[in-house]
Amino acid sequence: MDLAFTKEDIAFRDEVRDFVAKNLPKDIADKVAGGKHLERDDYMRWQQALGRQGWLVYTWPKKHGGPGWTITQRYIFENTCAEMNAPSIIPFGSKMVGPVIYTFGNDEQKQRFLPDIRESSVWWCQGYSEPGSGSDLASLRTKAVREGDHYIVNGSKTWNTMGHWADWIFCLVRTNPEAKQQEGISFLLIDMKTPGITVKPIIMADGGHEVNEVFFDNVRVPAENLVGKEGEGWTYAKFLLANERLGIAAIPQSKRGVEGLKQMAKSERDGAGKTLIDDASFREKIADLEIQVTALEYTELRALSAMAAGGAPGPEVSFLKIRGSEIQQRITELAVEAVGYYAMPYQPALLWHGANEEPIGPDYAHLAAPRYFNVRKTSIYGGSNEIQKNVISKMVLGL
Amino acid sequence: MDLALSAEDRAFADEVRAFARANLSPATIAKTRSGRHYDRDDHLAWQRALGKRGWHVYTWPKKYGGPGWSVTQRFLFENVLAEEGAPRILPFGPKMVGPVIYTFGNEEQKRRFLPDIVTSNILWCQGYSEPGSGSDLASLRTRAVRDGDHYVVNGQKTWTSAAHWADWIFCLVRTDTDAKPQEGISFLLIDMKSPGITVKPIIMLDGAHHVNDVFFDNVRVPAVNLIGKEGEGWTYAKFLLANERLGIAEVAASKRGVQGLRDIARAELADDGGKLIDDMGFREKIADLDLQLSALEMSELRALSTMQLGGAPGPEVSILKIRGSEIQQRIAELACEAVGNYAMPYQPELLFRDSNESPIGPAHAVPAAARYLNMRKTSIYGGTNEIQKNVISKMVLGL
Amino acid sequence: MDLSYSDEQKQIKEGVERFVREQYAFDTRRKIAGSEKGWLPENWAKFAELGWLGMSFSEADGGFGGGAIETMIAMEAFGSGLVLEPYLPTVVMGGGLLAAGGSAAQKEALLAPMIAGEKQFAVAYVEKQARFNLADVAVVAKKDGAGYAISGHKGVVYNAASADTIFVTARTSGGQRDEKGITVFAVDAKSAGITRRDYPTQDALRASELTFDNVKVGADSVVGKVDDGHALFEGVIDRSIVALCAEAVGCMDAINKATLEYIKTRKQFGVPIGKFQVLQHRMVDCFTNAQEARSMTLMAALKIDDADATVRKKAASGAKVQIGKSGKFCGQSAVQMHGGMGVTDELSVSHYFKRLTMIETLFGNQQHHLSRYANLSVAA
Repeated sequence: MDLAFTKEDIAFRDEVRDFVAKNLPKDIADKVAGGKHLERDDYMRWQQALGRQGWLVYTWPKKHGGPGWTITQRYIFENTCAEMNAPSIIPFGSKMVGPVIYTFGNDEQKQRFLPDIRESSVWWCQGYSEPGSGSDLASLRTKAVREGDHYIVNGSKTWNTMGHWADWIFCLVRTNPEAKQQEGISFLLIDMKTPGITVKPIIMADGGHEVNEVFFDNVRVPAENLVGKEGEGWTYAKFLLANERLGIAAIPQSKRGVEGLKQMAKSERDGAGKTLIDDASFREKIADLEIQVTALEYTELRALSAMAAGGAPGPEVSFLKIRGSEIQQRITELAVEAVGYYAMPYQPALLWHGANEEPIGPDYAHLAAPRYFNVRKTSIYGGSNEIQKNVISKMVLGL
Repeated sequence: MDLALSAEDRAFADEVRAFARANLSPATIAKTRSGRHYDRDDHLAWQRALGKRGWHVYTWPKKYGGPGWSVTQRFLFENVLAEEGAPRILPFGPKMVGPVIYTFGNEEQKRRFLPDIVTSNILWCQGYSEPGSGSDLASLRTRAVRDGDHYVVNGQKTWTSAAHWADWIFCLVRTDTDAKPQEGISFLLIDMKSPGITVKPIIMLDGAHHVNDVFFDNVRVPAVNLIGKEGEGWTYAKFLLANERLGIAEVAASKRGVQGLRDIARAELADDGGKLIDDMGFREKIADLDLQLSALEMSELRALSTMQLGGAPGPEVSILKIRGSEIQQRIAELACEAVGNYAMPYQPELLFRDSNESPIGPAHAVPAAARYLNMRKTSIYGGTNEIQKNVISKMVLGL
Repeated sequence: MDLSYSDEQKQIKEGVERFVREQYAFDTRRKIAGSEKGWLPENWAKFAELGWLGMSFSEADGGFGGGAIETMIAMEAFGSGLVLEPYLPTVVMGGGLLAAGGSAAQKEALLAPMIAGEKQFAVAYVEKQARFNLADVAVVAKKDGAGYAISGHKGVVYNAASADTIFVTARTSGGQRDEKGITVFAVDAKSAGITRRDYPTQDALRASELTFDNVKVGADSVVGKVDDGHALFEGVIDRSIVALCAEAVGCMDAINKATLEYIKTRKQFGVPIGKFQVLQHRMVDCFTNAQEARSMTLMAALKIDDADATVRKKAASGAKVQIGKSGKFCGQSAVQMHGGMGVTDELSVSHYFKRLTMIETLFGNQQHHLSRYANLSVAA
C-alpha cells in the first residue's frame, strides 16, 4: 500500500504540466481561475488541443483510440489540469456517448462517430430527461416509430445541457409503448440539424443559459443511428449513468474551489480590522470543507484502485456523486458568506458576456451569488441525490 | 398581542418562587443542578408538597381540583420551578391518565381516582408499548377477556417508565381480536398490586433503571376499571398522546439546561488556558442552541395561546416534540463536549445512589456522558421523531 | 500509488478478524469487562504469540518491520469487536514512544519485553487544566541529584492499573504552556510516591487518576531529550490518533451492520421498518459516513510518517475530525433506528455508541482538531 508516485508517474506529471502550459490559452485559464462563464469556442479550443494530443478521451482504452492510462495517470492528469485552471472536459461525447458506442455500437458506428469525439470536432449533448420524466426516467414518452429505414421521432426532452451548442444528441426514445417501461426504450443518435428539431432556452436562477428544452416534431432519423438493439436502450443508459457518476464528483475542481475560498478569505476584511482568514470560525468552515474534499478524494482513489484491480465501478460510486455535489454547493455557499454585502450587486454583462464593465465590489464577488444559485443543480442533476440514495439503499444495503 | 408580564403575573411568579424555595429540599435541588438521578422519595416529597397547595395538577380546570390557571400562569409556573431546580412532575397521573379520567371516565371513576392524583397520593405509570408494538402502537396484543365482572389480562408491556415505583398502571389492551386494529382496543386501569403482575427492570445504556417490562399473567381486573366504552380505547389514547406531546418539549427544563451549560463553560478551561465560555467556537455553539430554544419557546407559546382561546392543540404540536427532543439532546451533547477528558470516568455510585464517593473530575462532569447517552431516548419515546414527521406530513401538510 | 493490501497484510487482517469473531462474542466481552483487570491475560499472550505486539516496529527494534498500516488493520478489527485488551496504551502509545525516542538501553529493557507480551504500559499526559493542549504541562520534574523528582497530578490514564511502566510528560523548564521544557519519563509503576485512583470508563475500559508525590527517577528514565519531549510526544499522539481512527472505523462498520440487520428484521405496520424511505436514506448516510471515515483513516495511515511534520499533523487532525463527525452520526443513527432497544444496555449497539462517543473525546475532540487543522492548512 503506497501513496507515493513512481519515477514514471512523476515524469508523466511533468509531461502533462508541460503540455498544459504550452497549449492552454491564457485567456481561457484566466476565465477558469476567476470562475467566469466560458463560451463554446473556449471549450472547443482546449478540447481540440487535447484531442490533437490524443488525451481528450483519456479514460478510453487504447483499442478505441484512448491513451490506455492507469488510474494513477488519470488521477494525475485530472488534478494537474484542474490545478492549472484548464476547463472541465464536457462529458457528453468523451465520457458518455463515446463509451456507449465503443461498448454497444457496431463497427460502422465506431468508425463514423468515435474519431470526431476523440478530436472534439463534434459537440454532443444528452437527451434523457423529459418534462414528465425526471427521477422516474423510465417513464419517458418521446416516441420513435419505425418507418422503412427511418425512425420518426416526436416528443420533447428537457434539462438538455448546452444543446444550443451541440451538433449531435443521443436520445432515449420509446420504440415500444406496449412493453414494460424499461423494455420499450431504445438509444438513438440524432443530428441536431435534422428538420423538425427546435431548441428553446431555459434561463436559470442566476440568469444564465446553459440548459434547454429540445422539441422533436416528426424528426426523421436513419435507422442505422440506433445503437445496439431496439428495446435495450435502458441497459445502455444505466451503463452510461454509472460512468457519469464517477466523474460527476468533480473532486479536482472542488480542490481548486477550496483554494479559491482561501484566497478570497485572505482578501476579505472580517469587520474587526483583520482579514476573514483570521476569523477562527470562518477558517474552521474552510478547514471542515477541505477535510470533506480529502475524504471524498480518498474514497474515489479507493474506488479507482479497486477498478484497477479488475473490478467495475460498483453502486458505491453513487455516493461520490452525493458528496461531490454537496461539497460543490458548500464551496459556493461559503463564497457568498465570504463576500458579504458584495454578493448583492447583479452584473449580468460582466457575468455572461465578459464585458469590460468595472466590477462593483471585489472582482470575484459578482460571481459568488450566481454560482451559489446555479450550483444548487448539482444535487438534482445526474439523478437527484434522493434517487442516488434509493439506488445505494437497494443495490448496496439490500433494503 | 403582548409578551410583557402584568403586575399580577409578576406577583404570581414571586409566589411560585417563594413556594419552591420553601418546599424543595437542598438535596433534591443539588441533584437537579448536577444532573444526577432522583429516587422515588425525591419525586413524591415534591409532588405531595405541590399537591397540598393544589398545584400538582396545575393544568387542570378548577372543577376537578386544578387551579384553573391561564396559559401565562402555567408558563410562569413551569419556568420558575425549572429555574429553582425542581424535579419534573411525573406526568403519568396529572398530565396523562388524569385528563383521560375527567374527560372520558364516569362519575364513580372521577371520585375514586382524581383526588389521589391531585394530591400525588398514588403514582401512576403507562402501559402502552409492547415488544412488537412500538411505532405501530395499534398492533398491540395484550389481551383483556371479559369474565363476569372482571377482565382477565394477559400479555406484556415494555418501556414502562417508573413501573417499579408505581401504584397503578393505565393500559391499552385488546378486548376484541376480530375488529380492525384500532377498534378492538380498550383503556383499562390496573392496580399494580394485583396478583399476576411482574415488573422486570430494563437497564439503560448509562446503567440507569428507569424503565421496565411489565408482564401480565391472568391478572383479574374489575370491569369497573374500564374507562369509557369497550373498544374506544384508541380514541382516548390519541387524546392522551396529544397532551403528552405538548409537555414533552420540556422548554422550561431546557432553559435551565442551557443555563447549566453556561455554568459548566465558565468553570471549564479551553486549550489556551482561558475559560471555555470565552472560546469563540464554543460560545457560538451555546448561542446557536439558545436561539433554537427561543424559537421553540415562541412556538409553544403560540400553541398555548391557541388553546387559551379555546382551540385544541393541533397536529403542529408535533414539531414541539421533535425540536424539543433535539434541543434536549444537543444540551447534553454540548455538556459532554464541554467537560473534555473528564467525560470518560464512569461513576455509577454517584449517578444513581446517594454516595459519599468524591467525583473523579469536576462534579459537573460526572453525569455529562451518561446524560448525553441517555438523552438519545428523547427522539424515540412518546412517538419517535420519524413518526412525528409522518404525522405532520399527513395531518398538517396533507401529503 | 497502490491502495491494496500486501499478502502479509491480508494475513494479519484475517488473523485478527478471526480472533475477534471467535473470542469476542458480545457476551464474552461483557464478562471480560467485568473481570478483575478488565482484559484477559490469555488474550494478550495470544497477541504476543501471533506477533501482533511487534508487527508495527522495525526489525532493528525487535519488531517485524510493519508500520501504520499494520496497526490500522489490527485496530480496525479490534474496533469491530470492542476488544478491551490495552493495545492502544501499551503498543501504540508506550511502544510508539520507545520506538520514536527511546535509547538502545530503554528499547532493550522495555520495548523487547513488551513485544514479548511481558510488559504493559500506560501513558500519563492528561491534566485537569489542560483540556486537549498537550503542551499545557503543570506536572514538574525537578533535578534531584543525578535524576529527577516528579510531582503533580495526571488524569484519565488508561491501563495504569495494569501497567508496569508509566510514561509521564513533565515540565523540566519553561512556563506552564510552553512547548519547550517538556520531558518524557519512563517511570516504574511501582515507584514510591505514586498514588492511584482506579475507575472504569463509560465504555468499560479502565483508567486511573495518578498523583505523583516526589517520585524519584534516574536520568536514564528520560525518553528522548530533556526539555525537547513535546515534538516526540505530539508525534506519538498523532500516530495514536490514526490507530484510534482505525478502531472507530471498525466500530462504525459493526454498528452499521447491526443496524442494517435490525431494520431488515424489525417489523412495524406489517413491514420491515427498512422499507421506509426515511430510514433507508439515513442508513445510506451511515454507510457514506463510514466510508468517508475509512478513506480518511487510510489517508492518515499513509501520511503519518511523512518527514514534513505539517503533513503528519494535518493528516492526523483531518482524520480525527472525520471520525468524530462520522462516529457521532453512525452512533446516534444506530440508536435511533434501533428505537428503545438502542438505549438499553442489552444490545451491542449501545456499547459501540459509547465507545464511539469516548473516541470522539480521546486525544482531542472534533473542535480541537478542526481548529488545529485550520491553523495548519487554511491560515498557512
